[in-house]
Amino acid sequence: MSNFFLLMQQELLLTAIIFILLFMKLSAVEWKPKNLLLIVNVLLTINLAAGFFFNGFGYLFGDMFQTNELLRLEKNMLNLGTLIISLQSYNWLMKHEHIAEFYLLMLSTLLGMFFMLSSHNLLMFYVGLELASIPLAALANFDLDKRRSSEAAMKYIMSSAFASGLLLFGISMIYGVAGSLNFSDLQAAASTQPLFLFSFILLIAGFGFKISAVPFHLWTADVYEGSPVAVTSYLSVISKGSMIFVMTSVLFTVFDKLFYNWYNMMALLAVLSMLIGNLFAIRQQNIKRFLAFSSIAQVGFILIGITGGNHEGFSSVVYFVLIYLFSNLAVFGVISLVSAEKGKENIDDYKGFYKTNPLLTWILAIALFSLAGIPPTAGFFGKFFLLLAGAGRNNYLLITIAALNMVVSLYYYLRIIKAMFMDANERPIAKVEMTWSPKLAMAICVAGIVITGVVSGAYEYIYSLIK
Amino acid sequence: MNLTLLLILPLAFSLLLLIVKGLKQVRTVALVSAVAQLGLSLFLVYQFLQERVGSSSAFLFEQNYTWYNALNIRYHVGVDGISLAMILLTAFVVLAGVLVSWKQEKLHKEFFFLLLFLSLGAYGFFISLDLFTMFFFLEVAVIPKFLLIGIWGSGKKEYSALKLALMLMAGSALVFVGLSGLYFNTSINGMHSFDLVEISKQNISPALQNLFFPFAFIGFGIFTALFPFHTWVPDGHSSAPTAASMFLAGISMKLGGYGCLRVATYLMPDAAEHYSTIIIILSCIAILYGAFATMMQTDLKYINAYSSVSHCGFVLLGIGMLTKTSINGAVLQMVSHGLMTALFFAVIGMIYERTHTRQVAQLGGLLKVMPFISSVFVIAGLCSLGLPGLSGFVAEMTVFMGSWQRAGAFYHTATIVACASIVVTAVYILRAVGSVINGPLKIPETSSPLLWGGVGGGADAGWNEKTAAVLLLVGILLMGLVPFWFTDLINPGTEMLMQKIGLVK
Repeated sequence: MSNFFLLMQQELLLTAIIFILLFMKLSAVEWKPKNLLLIVNVLLTINLAAGFFFNGFGYLFGDMFQTNELLRLEKNMLNLGTLIISLQSYNWLMKHEHIAEFYLLMLSTLLGMFFMLSSHNLLMFYVGLELASIPLAALANFDLDKRRSSEAAMKYIMSSAFASGLLLFGISMIYGVAGSLNFSDLQAAASTQPLFLFSFILLIAGFGFKISAVPFHLWTADVYEGSPVAVTSYLSVISKGSMIFVMTSVLFTVFDKLFYNWYNMMALLAVLSMLIGNLFAIRQQNIKRFLAFSSIAQVGFILIGITGGNHEGFSSVVYFVLIYLFSNLAVFGVISLVSAEKGKENIDDYKGFYKTNPLLTWILAIALFSLAGIPPTAGFFGKFFLLLAGAGRNNYLLITIAALNMVVSLYYYLRIIKAMFMDANERPIAKVEMTWSPKLAMAICVAGIVITGVVSGAYEYIYSLIK
Repeated sequence: MNLTLLLILPLAFSLLLLIVKGLKQVRTVALVSAVAQLGLSLFLVYQFLQERVGSSSAFLFEQNYTWYNALNIRYHVGVDGISLAMILLTAFVVLAGVLVSWKQEKLHKEFFFLLLFLSLGAYGFFISLDLFTMFFFLEVAVIPKFLLIGIWGSGKKEYSALKLALMLMAGSALVFVGLSGLYFNTSINGMHSFDLVEISKQNISPALQNLFFPFAFIGFGIFTALFPFHTWVPDGHSSAPTAASMFLAGISMKLGGYGCLRVATYLMPDAAEHYSTIIIILSCIAILYGAFATMMQTDLKYINAYSSVSHCGFVLLGIGMLTKTSINGAVLQMVSHGLMTALFFAVIGMIYERTHTRQVAQLGGLLKVMPFISSVFVIAGLCSLGLPGLSGFVAEMTVFMGSWQRAGAFYHTATIVACASIVVTAVYILRAVGSVINGPLKIPETSSPLLWGGVGGGADAGWNEKTAAVLLLVGILLMGLVPFWFTDLINPGTEMLMQKIGLVK
């Protein structure tokens, strides 16, 4: 029994927080937004800190649920990201009527992701996935008075349902072939017989939708643009990050025998994602749409790491997600402040930003450099290791395409830098006031961007966890 | 000496810059930092010469620490004569750059911060003996250039800044492919390695070398204006603010030349031999094309930028010829061109500051109002066309001699073609210098006499500009008059290189 509590510690703690929030919402007390937010943030901090204390591994519920040190680390990363997003959306939430509901929905999806990560059975995986995606649709609609927000929610739930359908179809056929959904059984049963491969492709397509790899990316830009910034950042970092973790570990452990089958698939998806993501990002005016396409391109780079197919590949993917979390959240942090205070979301609005908000400009610039992979930021190390892992397969055409794509991506990141530093603007965005909480969030992100690369500890730790 | 000091010093001072307030404090910090860098590098040279006697190792002051253990990436630094010459050049140019930007008022803190950060990248690159560390510092130096040009530049600065950043990034993308190829084809105790010294001991098959050499060479070549990837040079240099132009032409282009030599040629000598014909042809085109393109320019900065393309062609020619003398010449040419072109840009910047034009046609008779600036301008020009007694002559002569040593009609023809460019150089330099310095006084109406001080008063260089010019002049003269100091310094480095190449021949 103690085993149960220890192995599921992170899930149980999160469930407890969800219930606390639920009772607070249902109780007769009228909570002030300020106090409520403080309590939530303290709870999330405790949740994050507690995740580091116990490191165990084992299986529960007849091998349905597994946990190990790597999974705990991944969950801690998601916890950290959620905390940062929560701190960043402080200003936005203060003006919102439904704070408790926001957290209830968000933490439910987080719980779903935890179960998805810990699944050792495709059924469990599917349940976690659904818990992780359905509340997200409600979250996308959280700008209640905006029609675009409802549109985003609608698009998200439709595409999500379609992806789940594909996954479920694939899972059912895999069950038909292998007679089991347990990961260990599947690993043994994996073969290149046509039906198995066919269902495997369906699985990959489902994954592709969730991580928005080209050609399964069509929902991304609209949903990102319509959703509130906090939800966009959650979608693009936490939701996508968790999906990448699951996909990598499923490909590397369950379907390791099919490596030569999925290598080409991943390489193709990577090239398409990088190319399409980059080319479309160049043309965008809305900064959220822009980030949607840039995140598609980033997924392309992650897929290059996955094609490495070895120890280095796995570690570089997990490591990159950590860096991507810091960098992307720093970008979203600045955007959410500007959007909450001034309501401006166009790249052109950021012209002359440096004159009025030098600190925020530097934060945004450092984060964009990190996304572009410029040293000494951590993004350089992340990209370098991803591409290096991919190069280990001796497919130098793929690596050259990827490396040149980094140049294309630099172009559009520099476009924003140019707008902020160099372009003149008669009416730049006025000085944005920051409260303690976004400041803290930004400090965490910037520290992460500066330290995780130059100090090798994070990568070495991840490397040591992957067996 | 601890080589890491060369990194800590600029880093510490650039962080200090963030704290201090006001133009006076900021430029004092920058100046102290630049002087300290120069002092440190001179001390380094002194120690190097002391230590070298009786030492058999190729690189001195080595430090080798694990950085990323899992990938066998190390922080490995050390210097030989070639890298020392580059470090010295960097220190000279940085100090001169800080001095000529003394009156920089617009966003001064950011300006000097980026300048110091750039120097950090350059030092890091030159001391690295690990390809990962080297690549890291190569890219560190890209973005500050973009910002320096885009924010403080003139003309079509945004376009030039983007072009430069993207082309240099494309260069480093190619370098990355080359480096990863080297990494995966090295095996030391079952581990792949980025370590330059370790890789040089490996026997990488010629077929693989031929595959990866173009990536590394073209990648680094883009940095050093390899034809046809030179197009960022004229735009970038002419749009940049003075100090950034000096840095770009003086140091940044040398990152590429050094990389071509140290990484591409040293680690893949078979391929260097295999591709030498192409390298020689391309560098001859760059030399001639650069020279003729310069003749057509009317803007002083464009003149110097295109002549940089031509002069950097000599560096690549020297590397492509693969004889000991020619490689010595290439290194000398890197240093010489660095000093000379930095001086040129500094002087052009001074003229521009006073007259607000860089058009040759609008200027004339400056000798009357700015005697010091004009004299320096003449000396820089003479150095560029290779007058004996100045550094340009020594460097170019060594390259030509080295090239001639390579037997064969093709190599001799290439040498002659390259030599012929000197005539063209003389034409454009003498024409530009003559019409700007001599003749009746001509100052465009756009610049008020108040700005340039009027005839007879205040127009000439200030103390900071004089110091900067004298500093670079000392370098040029030393190299021109006592070239053996420099050849002594770099010779063991080239010999080590030649041993590796000699194994092939």
